[in-house]
Amino acid sequence: MQWGSASEFFAMGGYGVYVWTSYVVTALCLGWEVLALWRRRAAARAEHRAMLLGGADETAA
Amino acid sequence: MSRSSMWGAIGGIVRRDLLLAMRRRSDAAMSVFFLVIVVSLFPLGVGPEPAVLRTIGPGVLWVAALLACLLSLARVFTADYVDGTLEQMVLVPQPLAVLVVGKVFAHWVISGLPIVLLSPLLGLQFGLSGESLGVLVMSLLLGTPALSMIGAIGAALVLGVRGSGLLVALLVLPLYVPVLIFGAGAVTSSMAGIGGEANLSLLGACLVLSLFLAPWATGAALRIALE
Amino acid sequence: MSTGINWAKYSSPQALYPLAGRLIPWFSVAAVALMGVGLYMGFFVAPTDFQQGESYRIIFVHVPAAWMSMFLYVVMAVWAGIGLGLNARPSFMMAQAIAPTGAMFTFLALLTGAMWGKPTWGAWWVWDARLTSELILLFQYAGVMLLRTSIDDVRRADRSSAVFALVGVVNVPIIYFSVQWWNTLHQGASVSMSTGSKMAATMLTAMLLMTLAFWMYSIAIILSRVRCIMAERESLPAWEEKPVTIQKIAEAR
Repeated sequence: MQWGSASEFFAMGGYGVYVWTSYVVTALCLGWEVLALWRRRAAARAEHRAMLLGGADETAA
Repeated sequence: MSRSSMWGAIGGIVRRDLLLAMRRRSDAAMSVFFLVIVVSLFPLGVGPEPAVLRTIGPGVLWVAALLACLLSLARVFTADYVDGTLEQMVLVPQPLAVLVVGKVFAHWVISGLPIVLLSPLLGLQFGLSGESLGVLVMSLLLGTPALSMIGAIGAALVLGVRGSGLLVALLVLPLYVPVLIFGAGAVTSSMAGIGGEANLSLLGACLVLSLFLAPWATGAALRIALE
Repeated sequence: MSTGINWAKYSSPQALYPLAGRLIPWFSVAAVALMGVGLYMGFFVAPTDFQQGESYRIIFVHVPAAWMSMFLYVVMAVWAGIGLGLNARPSFMMAQAIAPTGAMFTFLALLTGAMWGKPTWGAWWVWDARLTSELILLFQYAGVMLLRTSIDDVRRADRSSAVFALVGVVNVPIIYFSVQWWNTLHQGASVSMSTGSKMAATMLTAMLLMTLAFWMYSIAIILSRVRCIMAERESLPAWEEKPVTIQKIAEAR
């Protein structure tokens, strides 16, 4: 370990703003992508369930 | 398929398009007026110091020519698409790529060649002189056909699509960057005294590459649009 | 009887859908694990850089993001080409699934590049070949995606964005070369975004681990997205509904 203390770690030799902005934005983008896909999948399934239930009379079981 | 029928097909298309354009001379005039207006905006925005204008001149002239080509793309296939001629073209026995070359060449004669011919006058406005004016004309002579060939790909992709004006710009401008770099670079090098030959050769290479590759992509895009 | 896998079986969405579903968890776990190890190495094992201090640690996301943005574009173009050649819907759907992730990595590469450039070179942006090519790549991803959303007919949208993806793949190396050329002409812009000093082995390892991590992440996300696309475009029959649910639905009628 080369960091004397947590505050040294966060300061990153004075470049903290640049380093942490990069990592935080990356994490946010990756996380947002995962979340958006999860919601997209849920929406597709919900819509399809509604279609199955709504069109029940036309389709055979 | 004989060579004569291939050239005959190209010649036929070129003649037809030029005839149609003669009846609507405003199309050629529009490219020219646009170029002049856009080029005049830059000194108004930047200031009239001759040294500054001479520095930005090649870039400004080239970007304006590029934008004029971009705007003219709306006319390359639309009229024929609307009245059904394009569907006929696709069914003809000659390869579509060959017909595309003819069509784009005619389009260049109407929209691009006037830019080349007017450029020396505009170059004078920016303090270009002598050899660099010649290099400017040469660069545009090699570059504007390449821009037309490359732009035709975009025009074919967005045929009949809503919002196609902006969309075609977004598609085509990234493809225009190398031509712009070599074209403006030729004039800048000439003005710096190191001669524009290297850039002009690269520009020529872009033209040849576009003549070989772009018609295939354009033909494919046209078939997709007409399905 | 042939001993190989019957690939033709997987050319239909019905077969691909569950296959993709089974693969996603593996790639997700791999991504998380690799990221963990990579970040640990990058922050706690790799030493401070002699020239750039701690700011160089941005490369552990910048370089992987840039590489992914380029790999994914090529992979997308390959699927586009296969789709055009074989006229296969799943290939177009794969290309459609890749574009948003590729665009995201391109954006990240540009942003982290600026974050790295400011402390290192004093400027948020430099017009070197790599960053400029990255920027053009972003426009090309945007073009592929916008073509798809602007065209209503799904088949035409598939094929048009495929053609543009292929045209773009030819363009990127040309852009790279032409911007490098342009930089040599205008001698003022002689900075480049490469690390000046030779990289320590630990730095390189951490970078490669993070690249692999992003690869695993991309595969998981893209498989997940292609499942959504299949569900939206093909009608999602009882592919994934469990038998119990189908029973319930039948009883509800």
